[in-house]
Amino acid sequence: MKDHVFRLLIFIIISQTKLFGQSENMVFIQGSRYIPLYGRDSTVVEVKDFEMDIFPVTNVQFLEFVKQYPKWQKSKALKLFTDQSYLLNWKNDFELNDTEKQNSPVTYVSWFAAKDYCECQGKRLPTIDEWEYAAMADQTSRDARLKPEYNKQILAWYETPKTNENLIGKNQKNVWGVYDLHGLVWEWTLDFNSVLITGESRKDVDKDNNLFCGSAAVNATDLMNYAAFMRYAIRGSLKAKYAMKNLGFRCVKDTKPQP
Amino acid sequence: MQCEGNKTYNQPFNCPICKMDLQPLETSASKIENTDGISEESIFNLTSNWNTEEGEQILLKDLKGKTLVMVMIYTSCKAACPRLVADMRNIEAQIPDNKIDQLNFVLISIDPKTDTPERLKSFAIENYMDDPQWTFLQGTETGVREFANVLAVKYKQISPIDFSHSNIISIFNPKGELIHQQEDLGVDNTETIDAILRLTN
Repeated sequence: MKDHVFRLLIFIIISQTKLFGQSENMVFIQGSRYIPLYGRDSTVVEVKDFEMDIFPVTNVQFLEFVKQYPKWQKSKALKLFTDQSYLLNWKNDFELNDTEKQNSPVTYVSWFAAKDYCECQGKRLPTIDEWEYAAMADQTSRDARLKPEYNKQILAWYETPKTNENLIGKNQKNVWGVYDLHGLVWEWTLDFNSVLITGESRKDVDKDNNLFCGSAAVNATDLMNYAAFMRYAIRGSLKAKYAMKNLGFRCVKDTKPQP
Repeated sequence: MQCEGNKTYNQPFNCPICKMDLQPLETSASKIENTDGISEESIFNLTSNWNTEEGEQILLKDLKGKTLVMVMIYTSCKAACPRLVADMRNIEAQIPDNKIDQLNFVLISIDPKTDTPERLKSFAIENYMDDPQWTFLQGTETGVREFANVLAVKYKQISPIDFSHSNIISIFNPKGELIHQQEDLGVDNTETIDAILRLTN
């Protein structure tokens, strides 16, 4: 009996913490300082504490969103904010193609649509630094970037076609409790347009000094990190109205300071 | 990724080089007019709030009716921005006097924290850009990020006072539709001037 009460007490404590400490389907990411592949002067950046969606946004969640916000429906979204591929895998405003699954990540969404989705939930898109910080974790450590296995797995995924058709949550969660940062789809970030390299890396040697003032500052810290380099290159080649088959998103939220 | 430059195919297919799906070319935009009389591609669809150097609060659609020559800068910049500003003045100087009131030269700060309306005003005065055809805008950080994305301008803060950024001057017609973009610094601006003059009567 005592044991029972004790367990109940533990249960209450845990659920209370959950209630106050965390939003639904999000986990707390404790900030820190780290060196990203590309940062301010290629040095340490500071990431503050934040909460991150456990999963990428799914087709069915995005469907609910467009029902509520008609301006993002496939037939109504403005050309200023979307290209012709916007929701290309949807039959119409409210139906997916028969081949698509409700719990696959939503893709073919523009940055404008993704940004608005997050804002309408009281959230925002993660910054590149936040995303990279959360994504450098593996199942057991917060920074797995030096583990050969970590890089190998990501690169193996990059070579696997059509992972965007898989369901969310099938990859192992990382040490923070976040799923699918690798292995499913690329994800939009709030400041993707701060990557001052073009998708064509051979052009970036010196030519862009005129196009990008201060481009000498965008040197990579560890060129061996090819997987991360690919992500930055992709970000550098994106435009905000693009909608791509393997590009989805998830949201984050600033944490309220603990009382 | 630029696989084969501007090569096009007439069948939907994968790119033979990078294996990504080929994307349909944007056909000449069908301009659906909405209730405000602005098209789907107009920047006047953006609803972000802006402060001018005169301390007025405006929406982008308040700039409707004039040809817009827009550039993103920040006032503490010592490298490219003075040259960008010079390019803007150079363009302005080539517009005949009797057409100048059909134009609005707009400089948008990518550093809204530092570039307050007051600071933008003194920058305007120092740089002889205080006549009515010049407008300086301070937005919110999200508003600026969003607007940069509309212009396909990239920028990144690289130190507390410095930003890397693309050097792009963009021309919009009086309905807020993007007509022309000039990239790089100190380039031959004949095409840009032509684009502006085509938009004026």
